[in-house]
Amino acid sequence: MAVSVDEAVSAAPARDHTPPARRFGGRGRPALEVVLLTVLAVVMLFPVLWMIETSIKDNRDVYAIPAKFFDFNVTLDHFKDVFVAPDGGRSALSVSFLNSVVVAGVSTVLATVLGVPAAWAYSRFTLKAKKDQLFFILSTRFMPPVVVVIPIFLMYRQVGLIDSKLGLILIYAAFNVPFTIWMMKGFVDEVPAEYEDAAMLDGYTRLQAFWKFTLPLLVPGIAATAVFALIFSWNEFVFAIFLTSSDEVRTAPPAIAGLIGGTTVDWGLVAAASVVFALPVLVFAYLVRKHLVAGVTLGAVRR
Amino acid sequence: MSEPVPLTTDGPGQVASATPPARGRSPRLGDRGLAVAFISPALLLLLAMSVFPLLWALYLSFTDYSATRGGPANFVGFGNYTAILTSAQVHTRALTTLIYVVGAVSLQTVLGFTIAYLISRRTHGRGLLTTLFMVPMMLSPVVVGLFWRFMLDAQFGVVNSMLGSIGLEQVEWLTRQRTALVSLIVVDTWQWTPFIMLIALAGLTAVPRYLYEAASIDRASEWFRFRTITLPLVWPLLLIAVLFRAIEAFRLFDLVYILTNGGPGVSTETLSFHVYKVAFLGFNTGTASAYGILMVLVVVVLTQLYLRYLNKLKEG
Repeated sequence: MAVSVDEAVSAAPARDHTPPARRFGGRGRPALEVVLLTVLAVVMLFPVLWMIETSIKDNRDVYAIPAKFFDFNVTLDHFKDVFVAPDGGRSALSVSFLNSVVVAGVSTVLATVLGVPAAWAYSRFTLKAKKDQLFFILSTRFMPPVVVVIPIFLMYRQVGLIDSKLGLILIYAAFNVPFTIWMMKGFVDEVPAEYEDAAMLDGYTRLQAFWKFTLPLLVPGIAATAVFALIFSWNEFVFAIFLTSSDEVRTAPPAIAGLIGGTTVDWGLVAAASVVFALPVLVFAYLVRKHLVAGVTLGAVRR
Repeated sequence: MSEPVPLTTDGPGQVASATPPARGRSPRLGDRGLAVAFISPALLLLLAMSVFPLLWALYLSFTDYSATRGGPANFVGFGNYTAILTSAQVHTRALTTLIYVVGAVSLQTVLGFTIAYLISRRTHGRGLLTTLFMVPMMLSPVVVGLFWRFMLDAQFGVVNSMLGSIGLEQVEWLTRQRTALVSLIVVDTWQWTPFIMLIALAGLTAVPRYLYEAASIDRASEWFRFRTITLPLVWPLLLIAVLFRAIEAFRLFDLVYILTNGGPGVSTETLSFHVYKVAFLGFNTGTASAYGILMVLVVVVLTQLYLRYLNKLKEG
């Protein structure tokens, strides 16, 4: 079972009754810990807050020296610039956001459709060298992207997939399949195989038993897994920048990175684009917070 | 596990099937076919998109092929490999990578574990705190890199502004040889400390409470409890997290690309970044492939180590 944030909360009332530590520290110690924790939280969250603040700051205040923390002019121009081009049409950034939605969405569906049945099969059947197969699958995910992209680039150039959404979808599906299999295998393991055995005694085939009895129980797990796959594809940068070049195909990460290419950088626009880009990720991550441990370790660690 | 167990007919499946269909084909016969049908599409995709490209890179690594020049690839034996392994340039990059990986991962481990320990001692608001600390980890490296680049800007960056307001000297974070690598380590630490924290917290909350209770009956000191109960029980899980981070840090590319672009000079060029330069700026595809294969070897060794510990953790 995955350790969840919620569980961590419910198990909370831990050491209320411990006698106060006698050796070192005294009553001041808990207070010191709270202060330390607060300082660390502020340090960790400051860049995020600063990014949000910059995205709504007037341009003059963005570059103010010394930096303005509170008394700045609020504007939504940067957000308008993210979506609307100077000539009034759709901006290149908004097109790239749409591309990101398509690429991340389709690749996640593909990875789920391929990964879930495989995870079920790995969980239920005794197969030759099953453990080795699973380890091999996970290790493909650990390959350095810069290295993989060299032959992929040549391969795509041969078959005409360079600078196409399909090319990106395929490579993203390929790097999400190992994750989906590992993550889903954990969920399938939690559903007793006896359910299927019982259904089969009633005359269902194995496939029907999977489809009618196990799959409905897996839906929450599939949803959580798909959300993680979606986040991974959404955030991906290396393949996107090397395999695509035109504005019509480019996804959001390389498009946002492209904003700092020129001589002057519109940091307000960069901040606004980053906020628009990061917001869905944070919302989705919050939805699957129960499975974060399993998700971020690619399904490897679960307790 | 997959064998039908004849005696367990009292599963919920029984209840749900009001009208059992006629018995299908022999389930035993179907199982093998079903397993193959369910697994092979996923494996085929991995073969096409991971294994085949790596094999192609392996082939290219023995040739002098160049992606721009085209023309036939000439076989050069181990020439590319000896060139890389004896290159002073590569040695510099390897050292940079080592400093970066060791520096970033150890900082993250210490900080992440400290935060997890502090959170685990709180009675209220643990869920909220954990959620807040998670934010940096979920952001794309592009967003993280860009934003820190803005904050570390020598002129109008907020970090220097804050240093100035408390009377400290301005630092050229990203444009000085030495500080650039430090900045890279700091940014990576900022993003990935939550990862270690999350896993350490999972380990800390899994420590059975009766152990602490027994220890407090024995009037054991807090440090003693930490050293003899907490640390040994959390360590195996923490090791997994550290190895995972080490692999990720070793293959890191995007943050370097955005934050410093390898500069100033070559002071923040990691191995990943150097491979990119050889492949996409120098267009020495053969050499870059050999370089990449060597990196893959390192990753494979690290991954084996990781999987071995993972296996031990699961069985233990």
